[in-house]
Amino acid sequence: MFRDLYLTFKEFLRTFGAMQLFFLRLLSNSPSIFVKRFNLVVQQVYNAGALSLVIIMVCGLFVGGVLGLQGHANLSKFNAEDSVGTFAAFSLIKELGPVITALLFAGRAGTALASEIGLMKATDQLSAMEMMAINPLRRVLVPRFLGGVIAMPLLVAVFTVIGLFGAHLVGVTLLGVDAGAFWQQMQSTLEMGDIYEGIVKSIVFGIVASLYAVWEGYNAVPTAEGVGRATTRTVVLTAIAVLILDFMITAVSI
Amino acid sequence: MADTAENIIEVRDLDYSRGRLEIFKGLNINIRRGDVTAVMGPSGTGKTTLLRLITRQLVPDRGHIFIDSVDIGTLNQKELYRLRRRFGVLFQNGALLTDFSVFENVAFPLREHTKLPNRLIRHVVLTKLHAVGLRGAADMMPGQLSGGMARRVALARAMVMDPDILIYDEPFVGLDPISMGVIVRLVRRMNDALGITSILVSHDVQEIASVSDCTYLISNGKVAASGSPTELQNTQSKLVQQFMHGMADGPVPFHFAAPDYEEQLLGRDVEQ
Ligand SMILES: Nc1ncnc2c1ncn2[C@@H]1O[C@H](COP(=O)(O)OP(=O)(O)OP(=O)(O)O)[C@@H](O)[C@H]1O
Ligand SMILES: [Mg+2]
Repeated sequence: MFRDLYLTFKEFLRTFGAMQLFFLRLLSNSPSIFVKRFNLVVQQVYNAGALSLVIIMVCGLFVGGVLGLQGHANLSKFNAEDSVGTFAAFSLIKELGPVITALLFAGRAGTALASEIGLMKATDQLSAMEMMAINPLRRVLVPRFLGGVIAMPLLVAVFTVIGLFGAHLVGVTLLGVDAGAFWQQMQSTLEMGDIYEGIVKSIVFGIVASLYAVWEGYNAVPTAEGVGRATTRTVVLTAIAVLILDFMITAVSI
Repeated sequence: MADTAENIIEVRDLDYSRGRLEIFKGLNINIRRGDVTAVMGPSGTGKTTLLRLITRQLVPDRGHIFIDSVDIGTLNQKELYRLRRRFGVLFQNGALLTDFSVFENVAFPLREHTKLPNRLIRHVVLTKLHAVGLRGAADMMPGQLSGGMARRVALARAMVMDPDILIYDEPFVGLDPISMGVIVRLVRRMNDALGITSILVSHDVQEIASVSDCTYLISNGKVAASGSPTELQNTQSKLVQQFMHGMADGPVPFHFAAPDYEEQLLGRDVEQ
């Protein structure tokens, strides 16, 4: 059993190292692709963004609504229902916006990326590119990675804004909190640092979610089954990594 | 050793294995410049693997591959990519890019490697598609093509950069007799008219005989026989005869290595 554990651990370290190397290769190719093949990157931002936009808007609205309900129910115990806006804003900007967006992104755009790349590998499209002297890392992987990295903060912003709108809908329109108090208090308590924290998280999660999707697709076993497994792993690993990193970033910034 | 200027590709004492499966043991092959060289062999002997070794998508365990007298094992990535531009490869399953149309698939290498104006690209692509009889399918997506059509598009794409060396992995599979005839003649004509060197993997003994200058028969990780089609037809080797005439019994087993048939059917191998 110890031997098994040891082997698993060794395998983990090896994968981890390979992934870091892969990450460095993506990064080192990113600037030139960003400049020379900007149209490819834009296309991938559009792909990743458009895929996830609708679910992110729907989820944002309902998460905001729930924050409105919960905030109102609990804060009214302290006669502080005016603070529901602040409560929703803090939750959305610092935590729920980046985290839920990243999870939804992994489930929608991440799986699509992983299966697309995995399928390209399984059907020899990546080898065919290599044979045409076109580096698939630069032509296929880097634009998709960059697309995800750029799309994520945008999606987080959309999620947060719509979430605030949902909280406003429930708190102000439905439950009768004063609209002036709702926005005024939010504005006076929210600091730039809180927003930075949200931005940092959305960038880090964007990198992690895109990296896992691209990595899993590229390293998928080139069969139908292997591609299926890669998409599942993308969601699971991204979710775990996002939640762990969320804890770490929060701990550092408090 | 043969004259190097005459050989565009030389494979020397090549060993390659996948895990415990030894695919090549001391393989030696010469491919003469300007020839159509055919590679035959039973399914699973490693023909596709050989093509991937020659283009260095796989790295041999031992031995060398020389292209124009340069050992490709010594090339760095940049030189390797430059070398690969000289190759056109037709993959066994076509390997068309699924999210591009037929036209864009053929145009892809041109768009990536050149800055030609659109008008010229259009001209080149349509010419190549016309050569494989699929100019009319230019706007279709790969998913809408039949297997044979996809392979012809892939052939057009392999030709589009005007390579020095064209590699075909099973180009005739899934073609009807008419397209087959056209493609066979196309292979020969391109080879002769453009001075290309062609490497052809196929099982179609008849087609190979009609198109190739030199044939290698690979079996058990080695070259079992080589020579012109007539030389091969006339060899006495049992193995060659078996392969050329498609007999199930002979030195090449039809079955992949397996436990004893009777034992396995009776379930004795499980009990033990
Ligand atoms: N990715 C792989 N992993 C492990 N073994 C492999 C892999 N690809 C091929 N093989 C093994 O290598 C051997 C040679 O495969 P290859 O595809 O080169 O055969 P082939 O001669 O092209 O056969 P066919 O005529 O059927 O296309 C086979 O026995 C196969 O089992
Ligand atoms: Mg093959």
